[in-house]
Amino acid sequence: MNTISEAFLLSLQMMVRLDPELLRIIGLSLRVSLTAVVLGSLIGLPFGALLALTRFPGRNACIVVLNACMGLPPVVVGLIVYLILSRSGPLGTFGWLFTPAGMVMAQVVLITPIVAALSRQTVADLWIEYEEQLRSLGLTPIKAIATLLWDGRFSLSTAVFAGFGRAIAEVGAIIIVGGNINGFTRTMTTAISLETSRGDLALAMALGIVLLAIAISINAAATTLGNTARRRQGA
Amino acid sequence: MNPMIDRRHLLGLIAGIGLAVSSTVALAQEKFIVVASTTSTEQSGLFGHILPIFTKKTGIQVRVVAQGTGQALKTGEQGNADVVFVHDRVAEQKFVDAGWGVDRREVMYNDFVIVGPKSDPAKVGGSKDVVAAYKKIAAAKAPFASRGDSSGTHAAELRIWKEAGIDVKATGTGWYRETGSGMGPTLNTASGMNAYAFTDRGTWLNFKNRGDLVVSVEGDAKLFNQYGVMLVNPARHAHVKVAEGRAFIDWITSKEGQDAIASYKIGGQQLFFPNYRPGGNS
Amino acid sequence: MHGRLSLLPLQLNDVGYSVNRQRLIGGVNLRFEMGPPTLILGPNGAGKSLLLRLCHGLIEPTAGDVQWQGPAAQTPQNLRFEQAMVFQKPVLLRRSVLANVEFPLKLRGLDAASRRAKALAVLERVGLAALAERPARVLSGGEQQRLALARAWALEPQILFLDEPSAALDPGATRQVEGIIGNIAASGTKIVMTTHDLGQARRLAGDIIFLHRGSVAERTPATEFFNQPQSDAARAFLQGDLTW
Repeated sequence: MNTISEAFLLSLQMMVRLDPELLRIIGLSLRVSLTAVVLGSLIGLPFGALLALTRFPGRNACIVVLNACMGLPPVVVGLIVYLILSRSGPLGTFGWLFTPAGMVMAQVVLITPIVAALSRQTVADLWIEYEEQLRSLGLTPIKAIATLLWDGRFSLSTAVFAGFGRAIAEVGAIIIVGGNINGFTRTMTTAISLETSRGDLALAMALGIVLLAIAISINAAATTLGNTARRRQGA
Repeated sequence: MNPMIDRRHLLGLIAGIGLAVSSTVALAQEKFIVVASTTSTEQSGLFGHILPIFTKKTGIQVRVVAQGTGQALKTGEQGNADVVFVHDRVAEQKFVDAGWGVDRREVMYNDFVIVGPKSDPAKVGGSKDVVAAYKKIAAAKAPFASRGDSSGTHAAELRIWKEAGIDVKATGTGWYRETGSGMGPTLNTASGMNAYAFTDRGTWLNFKNRGDLVVSVEGDAKLFNQYGVMLVNPARHAHVKVAEGRAFIDWITSKEGQDAIASYKIGGQQLFFPNYRPGGNS
Repeated sequence: MHGRLSLLPLQLNDVGYSVNRQRLIGGVNLRFEMGPPTLILGPNGAGKSLLLRLCHGLIEPTAGDVQWQGPAAQTPQNLRFEQAMVFQKPVLLRRSVLANVEFPLKLRGLDAASRRAKALAVLERVGLAALAERPARVLSGGEQQRLALARAWALEPQILFLDEPSAALDPGATRQVEGIIGNIAASGTKIVMTTHDLGQARRLAGDIIFLHRGSVAERTPATEFFNQPQSDAARAFLQGDLTW
């Protein structure tokens, strides 16, 4: 109880003081996770739509694997990306291990299946509604992908935010790939992990509260914007 | 709402993120070295104290990846670090002999302590004989939290069990518990279940969540913990930053570096004792 | 129409459609040529919507064949772009009214300026110009159906299939929709339309196809159909006896 109330007090102080060290850590967390979300969406949205609209041998297996990948353990992803980016690994020459770029890559691997699997469902539902009309207008399923992604934008934003939530909250992958280097690859979650292992549970918890506050603010802002736009579209 | 304008916003956002990514990559072009080191040096706060001095003098950023000794050596072996700074003489020597590292120098030492609950169920408090203390803990079947993670600290702990003639793997009654994690998490576990634990003094002094734990055993020469630094062999990994890496090794073994180590104190206690002797190392 | 290649006539030869061996439509022989609107009548479940979809190519017949015999049918693109369909429940994109009309014009390769000009002109004709920037999905049911008609009209199709376009509308909105359909027909588009509203059939039809249990019971000019239907099924339907 003592630790928890201490943590709340500490987190409030942090947010009021805007300590530059803390701001840098928050900045890196957001930069890494947002970049990963954009890249993951650029891959995951069209891929999900493609799976929703096409029929090919092995498609069901593809969907099963994709759904399973939504639950990929971050440490496993971290380890795989570590081995790939390692100097002895296939992409070692990039020198991305222990850098934010490597962390982005790990999170893209984590996020893409989530965005793809959720958008597959959304696009499949939308296709049921649109199929006859779009085919009547002369669109093939493949050509309809862009249209469906745009018209499904409000529902698809849920998929994107699920991806963001996963990215901003995970520690297992980025601590392995990023190395939790002070001032360079330390994010909110790796800092929390570090402070926990230092036994400074109040500070760790306070950082956790700040992280939660940021995640809630971003989601609230996006939801409000999305709902306003959605209402205006009558969608 | 006009969808064309929305699309333009979206494209703008994507372009912006693209810039952020490229700047992330560009950032990696600064002058820096990667040092694979141990949690004890990083989490004790030593690096936070000495590295700014080095960076100010040379303009070289030091990116410390804090791992267990075993993992840090592996990181060096794979060429993912320029310098390795760890504490396990035997493993370090193997690393150098196998040709993964060059120019190993002994830099400093700290010491290990046994911490345990105030109630002291094994009656080892105040002892200076670590081997005898281990025998008593085993006899009392008092809970003992071990790193169990092949780190330098874990290796040192196991050497003492061996000397005490106790096969911890075979105890089987549940008092010896491997956490499989770093020093801090292991201390958290020990604090949570009032267990004895083997820890480096630096991490202990920095550790906040002590609960009922206090130092039980200290001062035995067997608890001496030597740190060594070495350059990853550029003959094995051509991208190793030889000049910058050597600059770091030279500095940390110079008078200035050694003084910086000695000047790091927590609560008036010195944590690390510089002991570099020119020509005294492999 | 500007010397375009003709897509019509459309010929259905012994067309049938079955699902799980159950015949929904069978033995349909029909020919559609340029001319006044053709209305397809029949009780619920007679296969009216199915017939439209078979004609429009949204589903493939399981028996017989659907032939477009005009020269435009030689290229798949013309075949698709020279015909259009409006559904009972309009499917509108989650965009503005204007963007909904512009969307298929873009598919047909029109540049932005001509798309906009054409879309605005057709919205003017259906009385929606003032709502051009409004999101399509917030329009009333009648406005939505007028928009769907405008979107089809802007394509200037040679043949337009309409599936119960006013089934869910009140009398006022129905009149507006009928007025637009009349104007589309007058602009040179062949209308093929299903309805269960006999008054509407009287007002719009040039000829009537009466479907009963998946087969064509009769095809007769409209005046003749309403005065003297040839089939028993149609007679019963007109007298209100037949609901199935």
